[in-house]
Amino acid sequence: MQNFSIFSLLRNSMTYHENWQQHWRSPVPKKQYDVIIVGAGGHGLATAYYLGKVHGITNVAVIEKGWLGGGNTGRNTTIVRSNYLWDESAHLYEKSLKLWEGLTKDINYNVMFSQRGVMNLAHSLGDMREVQRRVTANNLNGVDAVILTPEEISQRVPFMKINNTRYPVMGASFQPRGGVARHDAVAWGYARACDAMGIDIIQNCEVLNFLKDGDTVTGVETTKGQIMASKVGIVTAGHSGVMAEKAGFRLPIESHPLQALVSEPLKPLVDTVIMSNAVHAYVSQSDKGELVIGAGIDSYVGYGQRGSFQVIEHTMEAICELYPIFRRVRMMRQWGGIVDTAPDACPIISKTPVRNLFINCGWGTGGFKATTGSGWVFAHTLATGEPHDLNAAFSLDRFVTGKLIDEHGAAGVAH
Amino acid sequence: MYEIDCPWCGLRDESEFHCTGEAHIIRPEDPYALDDAQWTDYLHHRSNPKGLHFEQWQHSSGCRKWFNVARDTVTYEIKAVYKVDEPKPAFLLTDDQSANQATVESSEVKA
Repeated sequence: MQNFSIFSLLRNSMTYHENWQQHWRSPVPKKQYDVIIVGAGGHGLATAYYLGKVHGITNVAVIEKGWLGGGNTGRNTTIVRSNYLWDESAHLYEKSLKLWEGLTKDINYNVMFSQRGVMNLAHSLGDMREVQRRVTANNLNGVDAVILTPEEISQRVPFMKINNTRYPVMGASFQPRGGVARHDAVAWGYARACDAMGIDIIQNCEVLNFLKDGDTVTGVETTKGQIMASKVGIVTAGHSGVMAEKAGFRLPIESHPLQALVSEPLKPLVDTVIMSNAVHAYVSQSDKGELVIGAGIDSYVGYGQRGSFQVIEHTMEAICELYPIFRRVRMMRQWGGIVDTAPDACPIISKTPVRNLFINCGWGTGGFKATTGSGWVFAHTLATGEPHDLNAAFSLDRFVTGKLIDEHGAAGVAH
Repeated sequence: MYEIDCPWCGLRDESEFHCTGEAHIIRPEDPYALDDAQWTDYLHHRSNPKGLHFEQWQHSSGCRKWFNVARDTVTYEIKAVYKVDEPKPAFLLTDDQSANQATVESSEVKA
């Protein structure tokens, strides 16, 4: 792998940048791998990367139906934070945030991770109490978090209408270490680093079925033929239910369209990430100048990668109320991604009823921020056959024992 | 955005409705007879299909009544709207599924 540095940049500028290596190969699948990962999104590629880097397992294939990073990795609002309420989530997301902090150097690829802070607004006394509770819980768990007063918010975001009638701003929680990252670069960087270790990334190859010997998985049937593997990991987000059905077990997951949109590019204005859990509207500004706005999910099950118009309308009403300055900004693109939501809004990173088959799903509306940590713990689970301490609580089994992690009513609503 | 044909109010905008999840999930006849795995199946497991889906909707900003919708989760086409106490529309089912449904209904009648 060519190293990216100021020197390689200068050297390649001499030849008009025509001699850069391809980022990754497009190999023909081998007959047999130690591990197959289904799904080359951020989480799948991160899993492969940490399998190679931490566990020394490089005879790995990542199989992707479309192109890598073309699903939810390319469709999210790129927010990274770890200010979750419950211990289990806080530890997992904090591990992810710590990995984010070193990721660019680690994979020698600029993921443009920008710790510009994440603000969660409170619009009512109830919201305010929730903020106080969550900030206290965060501090106890070693996660940075402070409470901002309306005056402090005004200082930071002068164009926010604090005293608006519909959604008055009474305060906010603020995580200074939160921020945004360049979503595509995360997928590309991980893919390039995987490829450098000899891991095969096989795109345009759909998994049609799982090959089993009794209750043990032995490989996958794909559009490019049978590929055998000692272990298989499913990391297919919105299509997890479809995969589980092929493998012969059921999931407590439903897939919904979640929408986002971006505006025409503006001059630098929003230097942080502002979220509002209550109205499900959040906004940040990309380096290109576009406002990146996240909306809510549709209430129905859908795989259409588009959503209902009234969901966007509802979000834009709140955005216009909170930021009257945006009222005349034109929106440029709008799209939907398919999110796999669990009843407790927490992921499932677990063994399955099929031996040697593992699943990493249920990230719902907030998986991007966990790309790093999710891959890290899932790699551990695949390599050792057992969950890491960080993901032991996120088992499929919790829906049988009843030990759910109730982030839905706590910090998990907006992402 | 959908226009949904409420069985009581006729065609109305989707914004008046709320989808409340999969339909035809039958409450256990004898809750005490179920083990934890069966409870999990009833409470949490959902079919989440890519294709034909039977679901409950409520006309929440209208007559507030509930009804069932058969809808395709990929094309988003609404195949049928029917009342909650009606079985899945026969024209949408394969022969196997119809046979299964008949068994489910007969067990319901016994309860």
